[in-house]
Amino acid sequence: MTDRTAKLVQNIANIIMSLLFITPLLWMVVSSFKPETQIFADLSSLKALLPLNFTFDNYIAAFDRIPMMKYLFNSLFYVTVTCISGLAVNSICGYALAKLQFKGREFVLMAVIALMIVPFESILMPMYFIVNSLKWVDTWYALIVPFVANCFSIFMFRQFFMDVPNEILESAAIDGSSPMKTFISIVVPLSGPVFATVFILDYINHWGDFMWPILVTTGESLRNIQLGIQTFFTLPPVYYGQIMATLTFTTVPIIILFFMLQKYYVQGITSAGIKG
Amino acid sequence: MQTAWGANEHKNKQASLSRQKRRESVVGYTFIAPSVILLLVFLVLPFLLAVLFSFTKFNLLRPDKIQFNGLDNYMLLFQDSLFYKSLFNTLYFTVIVVPVQSAVAFMLALLVNQQLKLRNVYRIAYFSPVVTSMTVIAILWISLYNPNEGLINSALNFFGIPKQPFLRSADQAMHSIIFMSVWQAAGYQMMIFLAGLQGISKDIYEASSIDGANRFQQLRFITIPSLYNVTVFVLTITTIQAVKLFVQPYIMTNGGPENTTRTLALLIYQQGFQFRNAGYASAISVIFFLIVVVISFSMKKFFRDK
Repeated sequence: MTDRTAKLVQNIANIIMSLLFITPLLWMVVSSFKPETQIFADLSSLKALLPLNFTFDNYIAAFDRIPMMKYLFNSLFYVTVTCISGLAVNSICGYALAKLQFKGREFVLMAVIALMIVPFESILMPMYFIVNSLKWVDTWYALIVPFVANCFSIFMFRQFFMDVPNEILESAAIDGSSPMKTFISIVVPLSGPVFATVFILDYINHWGDFMWPILVTTGESLRNIQLGIQTFFTLPPVYYGQIMATLTFTTVPIIILFFMLQKYYVQGITSAGIKG
Repeated sequence: MQTAWGANEHKNKQASLSRQKRRESVVGYTFIAPSVILLLVFLVLPFLLAVLFSFTKFNLLRPDKIQFNGLDNYMLLFQDSLFYKSLFNTLYFTVIVVPVQSAVAFMLALLVNQQLKLRNVYRIAYFSPVVTSMTVIAILWISLYNPNEGLINSALNFFGIPKQPFLRSADQAMHSIIFMSVWQAAGYQMMIFLAGLQGISKDIYEASSIDGANRFQQLRFITIPSLYNVTVFVLTITTIQAVKLFVQPYIMTNGGPENTTRTLALLIYQQGFQFRNAGYASAISVIFFLIVVVISFSMKKFFRDK
């Protein structure tokens, strides 16, 4: 096989696979901009994937029926707060585990690694019990506080900080800089990539939160966007166009974030893979 | 005088060193304190409580009426046909999804690991389902799988294949969820394989093609062996992800039809929160945790021994 034919074969295979992968999402977006009858009329031909009779009606109607904007802000709010507090708490812990000497350090590190294996599903019941005892059900605390500390994030930070040269830290200490000051003014500015990586991994993760919010947001007011679209889906009358509009709307923020931090997201996935 | 002064200085130095050490310890504990406290309260404590609860009978909303009942929950569990059914479904999903998804991911990684003009476009296509949340995907695919007016049945019809019931049929529901899950997550594993592929030195390929190796020989004797560690990692994380299967059956089938898509995670949720059997649900959780531990350890051991 010459290089040229190989390339051609590869391009054809890629095009077929890409179409297979993208078609469901393309249909979702296209249908969200189509009148309801058109969606079904176009179903049996390639027109299903073309934006014919373009309209915003589905969005307007869906937004009229459920408070999508409120759900969006709820999700943006608690996910952002969780991830930002997570960066602060986990980075400083990872730093101590990488660069400071204290008794029990190795034990804490081993514990953090071991705890990564505990699946959330297996502690769901007692987690609810604790949150309920704290009277946190239907408050932001329930959605945020339990998820701020994260073993995987601590580990990612620790691995990154291991590579920060000791000389920089020592010379800062000799200049009289406190450990906290050294961390904030010297280490953090050097560590943009790991912060970006942990942030986006965590964000995409929590954006999809579903099981936990079902349990702790009993009222309408704190409902997140995933729960919002799921309730809308089960709310008759069912209109495909409107459903596709809410699905598309839910996906937009995360796609924007993904394109902004794409490089770090991929780095996060792959570095975990190569090192782990 | 001089020696005394020297000894003093030595003492001072040691004292200051140990003081510095102590100070560093204090700083260390302060730095880890927030994470450690949060992890203790929201990970270690719930874990211990799960074990404790598994020996009790109580309603989650009436914790004051908790009663110890010894091993009753476990006895009940091992006689519960629904538990075995859920366990079977969970393992069935895992055993199929893990190899299929990893193979698809590997193939995609090979496809995009070339100097093709459009390779970023292809990559984004494979990766876009990964970024989309599972709730969105599950709802979208209910519509795609619609037996009467779904896109997939329309496409099948185009090729002369009769309409399929998909999620409505006991035979097809789990396979439909498997197919969708592979589509959703293959891009993730593809990225990991891709990083592995890019780590293989190009010199090896050049040397082997000078020696007359063809593309398939290169794949068989260079690419695949070089990716051993990456493959182990991919298989391990995919397995642990797979046994947690919850959102897809919760939204798409609610465990049906005929319990063919009821998984362990779904069973925990339903027992604990719909039927309020917190003790029983905790017993399932403990078993579930043990399964995850056994799988991860045996995979580690199996692959290390090889």
